[in-house]
Amino acid sequence: MADASKNPYLGLSGADIFDQALREEGVEVMFGYPGGAVLPIFDRLYDSPIRFILTRHEQGAAHMADGYARATGRCGVVLATSGPGACNLVTGLATACMDSIPVVAFTGQVRSFLIGNDAFQEADVTGVTRPITKHNVLVKDVRDLARTMHEAFHIARTGRPGPVVVDIAVDATMAKLEEDVSQEMDLPGYKPCLTGNPRQIRLAAEAINAAERPVLYVGGGVILSNAVTELRALIAKTRIPVTTTLLGLGAVDEDDELSLRMLGMHGSAAANYAVQDSDCLIAVGARFEDRVTCNVATFAPKARVIHIDIDPTSIGKNVEVDIPVVGDARDILAKLLEHAQPKDRSPWLAKIADWKKRFPFVYEATGRIRPQEVIERIGRMTDHNAIIATGVGQHQMWTAQFYRFRRPRQIITSGGLGTMGFGLPAAIGAKVACPDQTVIDIDGDGSFSMTMVELITAVQNDIAVKVVVLNNGYLGMVRQWQEMFYRRRYSSVTHPCPGFAGVAQAFGAVGMTITDRAELDDALAALLKAEGPAVLDVQVEPEENVYPMVPVGKSLHEMNLGRVV
Amino acid sequence: MAVLTESRAAVIQRHVIFALVQNKPGVLAHVAGMFAARGFNIDSLVVGRTESPDLSRMTIVVTADDRVLDQVRKQLAKIIEVVKVKDFMGLDYVERDLMLIRVNAPPAKRGEVTELVNLFRGRVVDVAPSSLLVELTGTEAKLESFIDLARPYGLVELARTGVIAVPRGKQKD
Repeated sequence: MADASKNPYLGLSGADIFDQALREEGVEVMFGYPGGAVLPIFDRLYDSPIRFILTRHEQGAAHMADGYARATGRCGVVLATSGPGACNLVTGLATACMDSIPVVAFTGQVRSFLIGNDAFQEADVTGVTRPITKHNVLVKDVRDLARTMHEAFHIARTGRPGPVVVDIAVDATMAKLEEDVSQEMDLPGYKPCLTGNPRQIRLAAEAINAAERPVLYVGGGVILSNAVTELRALIAKTRIPVTTTLLGLGAVDEDDELSLRMLGMHGSAAANYAVQDSDCLIAVGARFEDRVTCNVATFAPKARVIHIDIDPTSIGKNVEVDIPVVGDARDILAKLLEHAQPKDRSPWLAKIADWKKRFPFVYEATGRIRPQEVIERIGRMTDHNAIIATGVGQHQMWTAQFYRFRRPRQIITSGGLGTMGFGLPAAIGAKVACPDQTVIDIDGDGSFSMTMVELITAVQNDIAVKVVVLNNGYLGMVRQWQEMFYRRRYSSVTHPCPGFAGVAQAFGAVGMTITDRAELDDALAALLKAEGPAVLDVQVEPEENVYPMVPVGKSLHEMNLGRVV
Repeated sequence: MAVLTESRAAVIQRHVIFALVQNKPGVLAHVAGMFAARGFNIDSLVVGRTESPDLSRMTIVVTADDRVLDQVRKQLAKIIEVVKVKDFMGLDYVERDLMLIRVNAPPAKRGEVTELVNLFRGRVVDVAPSSLLVELTGTEAKLESFIDLARPYGLVELARTGVIAVPRGKQKD
C-alpha cells in the first residue's frame, strides 16, 4: 500500500471522498433532496462547509442547479436519492442538455448487490438518463468514486457543456478506500476540439471580407464559451449587424445600433428580413434549430453559410454549410478578428436601420394592462441590468422582445426543451449564485403554477427572488395557436388560478396583486424593494398575442406582423 | 443556401463503420440508444474484444445517404466512451460474416447440397438424418447468394454473426 500523501482519499469512506472531491472542484453550494440511498452522504454533509439548499421537489433542484450554472458559467450541482428522487431530475437534466448547461447530478443507487433486482426505490438511472445527458456513469465501487466525480465535472464543463449524472451505489459511499488506486482521468475517447482550423478560419474571414450583406447569427454557444468580448470586438471592427437566438440574448447590447434583436418564429422583422436578404450568414454557437429557421428550405436563401461550433454534430445537421469551423467560439472569434477587415457597407446598414425603424416590437397600451408594458417597465426600473428568468410560453417571448438585455448570462430561460415551470427554480439558483444582483422571474400563470412550491424553498433559505406573474388566466401560447390555427376552439387552455398573492403570503413570501395600469409602477417598485422573496400577480389582457409570428411551414420573411402594423 | 435533403440525399450506400470503444458496462446500450434516438437504421452491429482488455471493437453496417452517414459518424464519436470511429468507405478492406445454416437434405439430396457447400468453400459441421448444418464465412453478398441457392432445398434455421472488417495492411495508418 502506498502512503496517503500520494492518494488523498486513502483511508476515507465513500461519503468522505464525495465531500472532499466536491470541495476540490470548488463546489460551494448544492441543491437537492435526501433519501435512503444517500443517507451516508447527507451524514457527511452535516459537517461540510458546502451549502445545501433543500428543495421541495427534485425537479426544482435540477432547475436551480441549471440556473446557478447559467448565471455564473460554473457547474451546478444536484444531489438526489435513488429511484423516484433520480426520476424527478429527468426534466431538469433534459432541459440542461438541450441548452448545453454544465450540471453534475449525483444520485444514490440501491446497494450494488441488489442492482437489477427491483429493490425498494430502485430505478435504472443510467438507462433512464442516457439520452438526456452528455454522459452518465454508475459507480459501484469506492475505488472508482473520486476519479469518476472529477471526470464528471471535467466532462460537464468542457467542450460543448452539458449535464452529467453520477449514480452511486449506497454501499460505495459506506465503504472505506483501502487501496491506492490511480486517480488519473480515464477518458481516451473524450477529446473536444477547441482550436479552429487556421485554414477554415482564413476561408471564413475571406468570405466575410467579400460579403456585401453579412449577418452574424449568434447563439448560446457564444455565452457558454465566454466569447462576448471577442464577439463585440469583431462587431466593432467589421460593423456587421448581429442577431441572436433566445439563448444568445445579451451577447450584444440590444440597444446597440448593429443589434437586430432576436430572430426566428417570434423574432424581430429586421432580424428575419436581414437573414433572408443576407449574402453571408455567420453562425456562431447556434444550431439552426427549427424555431429559428422556420422553413429550413427557404432559410437564408442567398447566403453563404459560415458555421462556427464546438460540436461537430451541430454542423451539417439541419442545413448545409459552406465553411464549417469546429472549435471554441472564443478562440475562433479572436482569430477571425485578426483577419476580418472593416468595409464600407453603408447601403446594407441603411436598409437595416430602415427595417428597425419601420418594424419595432409593438403593442397597444390600451384597456387592460398589457404584458409587454409590464416587461418594458421592469426593464426601465432595473436599468436593463437584472438577471431575468422565465417560464415558457408567451411571457417568455415577450420578455425576449421587450426587456432589452445588455450583457451575457442575464437571461435564464429554457430554449431547446421549452420547459414550463423552469422560471422560479432557475431564478432561485441564479439568486443563490449572484446574491447581490436583482433576480426576477418573469413568469406566466401556467408555468408558475407548475413549480411555485419552490417559493417555500426561497423563503426557507432566505433567497430574495422576485416573481412577476403575467396572469392571463390562459395557457396563453397554446391558446394563441388555437385562436390562429384551430378556429378559436379553446381546448383545455382555460386556467383559472388561485390568488397567487395569497399563495405567496401563505408560503411566507410577500404577495401582491394588481389589475390596473395606474398601480403598475408602485407595485413593481414595492416588489423590487421587498426584503425577501416576493410575488406580484399582474392581471393582464387575457387574449394578447405574440407578434411577429412566422406560421409553421412559412419562411422567415413571411411573418405575421400582427394587428398593430 | 442549399437544403440537405435536396442536395445530398440522392446516393444511398452501404457503409461499414468501425468504432473502438472503452470496455465498460453500458457502452453497447449507449451506442444502440443513440442509433434509436436519432432514427438511424443499423443493418448489423457486432461487438467483440480486441487485443487490449480495455477496448472493444464494434463493426456497424449502415445503409444510408451521405447526410445520415455524416451524422452517424459524428454522433458515434461524440459518445464519451467511443475512442475512435472510422468509415471504411473508399478503403480497401476485408470483411467477413460467419453463418451457421441448417439446410433440408434428405439422403437423396445430400450430395447436391454438399456440392453446393463445397462450391462456396463452406463446411458441413453437423449431419442429421434429413438436414445438414453448414458453416460458411465470407462477405455478406456471398452469404446471401448461398442462402438464395439453398432456399429451394428448404432452410430450417439460420444464424449469422454480422460483419466484421479490417482494412488491408498497406492502407493501415
